[in-house]
Amino acid sequence: MNMKSVLAASTAVMLAAPAMANPTAEVLHWWTSGGEARSVAVLQEQFAAEGGTWTDMPVAGGGGDAAMTALRARVLSGNAPTAVQLKGPAIQEWYEETGLADIGTVAEENGWDDVLPAQIAEHMKCEGQWCAAPVNVHRVNWIWGNKQILDEHGIEMPTTWEEFNAAAETLQAAGVTPLAHGGQSWQDATVFETVVLGLGGPEFFQQALVDLDPEALTSDTMKAVFDQMRVIRGHVDPNFSGRDWNLATAMVMNGEAAFQVMGDWAKGEFLAAGKEPGVDFVCAPTPGEGFLYNVDSFAFFELSGQDAQDGQALLASLIMGPEFQHTFNLNKGSIPARTDVALDDFDDCAKQSNADMTADAESGSLLPSYAHGMALRGAQAGAITDVVTAHFNSDMSSDDAVQQLADAVANAM
Amino acid sequence: MEWLERNVPKLVLAPSFVAIMVFVYGFIAWTAWISLTRSRLMPRYELDGFSQYERLFAAPRWDVAMNNLFIFGGLFIVISMAIGLFLAIFLDQKIRAEGVLRTIYLYPMALSLIVTGTAWKWILNPGLGIQEAIRGWGWESFTFDWLIRPEMAIYTIVLAAVWQASGFVMALFLAGLRSVDTEIIRAAQVDGIPTHRIYSAIIIPTMAPIFLSAFIVLAHLAIKAFDLVIALTGGGPGYATDLPATYMYAMAFSRGDLGQAASSAMVMMGVIFAIVVPYLYSELRPRNDK
Repeated sequence: MNMKSVLAASTAVMLAAPAMANPTAEVLHWWTSGGEARSVAVLQEQFAAEGGTWTDMPVAGGGGDAAMTALRARVLSGNAPTAVQLKGPAIQEWYEETGLADIGTVAEENGWDDVLPAQIAEHMKCEGQWCAAPVNVHRVNWIWGNKQILDEHGIEMPTTWEEFNAAAETLQAAGVTPLAHGGQSWQDATVFETVVLGLGGPEFFQQALVDLDPEALTSDTMKAVFDQMRVIRGHVDPNFSGRDWNLATAMVMNGEAAFQVMGDWAKGEFLAAGKEPGVDFVCAPTPGEGFLYNVDSFAFFELSGQDAQDGQALLASLIMGPEFQHTFNLNKGSIPARTDVALDDFDDCAKQSNADMTADAESGSLLPSYAHGMALRGAQAGAITDVVTAHFNSDMSSDDAVQQLADAVANAM
Repeated sequence: MEWLERNVPKLVLAPSFVAIMVFVYGFIAWTAWISLTRSRLMPRYELDGFSQYERLFAAPRWDVAMNNLFIFGGLFIVISMAIGLFLAIFLDQKIRAEGVLRTIYLYPMALSLIVTGTAWKWILNPGLGIQEAIRGWGWESFTFDWLIRPEMAIYTIVLAAVWQASGFVMALFLAGLRSVDTEIIRAAQVDGIPTHRIYSAIIIPTMAPIFLSAFIVLAHLAIKAFDLVIALTGGGPGYATDLPATYMYAMAFSRGDLGQAASSAMVMMGVIFAIVVPYLYSELRPRNDK
């Protein structure tokens, strides 16, 4: 073969490629645990069934930290993956750093705007264009209870934090640990944000933890929140330091503790252990009104090859397809991001979650979770978590805490 | 040919020299540059002055990390050297089974710090370890819950690190003790000088260079301490056991705050220089006293 025929052949291949339409996707994600891996496999099968080539790039560990490090290395070397599991403001942050692909055609063809709650759709857009596809909605502000313990002591699921405190004192007096909690800073942050929502209401939550309004951060309401955090600290068993969230869930399951404040991934633990909602355990929104969401999604990097672009379009339409949303969320314990998926196969907690999401979306109390990276960028969310966890694990006064909170937020801007 | 003979050493050293220039000093310079920018998720190269350092020094968490470094570093070095020295002196008494004992003491150094950290996490957990065991034996009021008390947690890290390193220090000192000229010791013994005086007045002073080496090794272990903290406390309770290295990791890899991470790395390097430069100076200066 001489040089000319090599050139001719390669040109022919390059010209033929678009016509062949061979969608490929290299997918970077951190869904590596049992139920999550099964859920990804579903997507992978559907992708292959549509004639696509899927290259799996799972990066385990660290709640996505390791995956983000891998992503940074890939992007820096100019070799970004086709699709990446990204969520919340990180999507817009990456968009500003490197640009993300526009998947608006897929979104418009499939009418995403009509089936997604407006607040959630907003997270998937970069400067007005669609750049990510949502997979699920986790509700963060759940409180889980051990049915047997609650019945035994005649306790209803609390609807205000005062009721919670009263219930906790009853339990404490009876020698039961009222609240199962793990000593990791994100878990402190999770409890904190539900208290902010419960005591301050949705509007205050928006001002304080989304808009970072200094007045809200140093307000009396915020002081009351820290007072409540101090009370909660007293209802946690002494060995909570460094405990994982699923071990805390197990405490509720085994009757060692009465309540846990945790997102609906805790339900996966209950269900996996063969417990039934309403019979063995009870779920209720945390005291107060509102819905804190944590939405997993996939973002698409700007790539030049036609194969990769086809892969992105196919992946985006599959992710938002009703079938995948149904199967995936049954496995994961969350609810579909689409509001038009039938929930007959889902459990009662998921049904309630879905009903609340629709209602709260209308009343404006559907809010992004700060503790799970939906409301703020990493540096700001981290600065708030530092203060929350420092307060929770020491005897810092509420006055000092709000001052530190305001300083930390200003410092992270 | 003659040219080759003269230049072979340079040629052989060139690749590693270049590699070190790029991968050590080049990246130090790069980090210094990044620490002067507003880099967040990805490196950016527009200079922005010292704002990252201002942010760093305003962060309460960095104060805690630096305080912890001095508490941990100070206690770790002093206690490891003291225990190491005593173990070495005891082993030096021509006892039987010295080889076995030496191996036993040195063995912890062979363990990964992650293993040490995880094991001590269980041992120190009030609900699982020492406290629970002693309460189980009947001493109900016994309390040893440093691990979960923010003001004491840093000392649990000292405990685990000393356990890990003192055997190694012992080995260093033992080698030093053995290298002291036996003639001098004999002479002292003949003169009827008591053993403790021989150690304090003759042997230990001649071991000064070994003390310095042990100090340098321990000091850099203390400053780069990371895995032990991650495994033992995860930086908690709260961020009470944060060290500069864990702070830097959190900023760079979980928070998307590269500029902040770079500035903390530069400050850490400053601390190391403050220790190493005087050492290098004392080692490398031309000796006029001979």
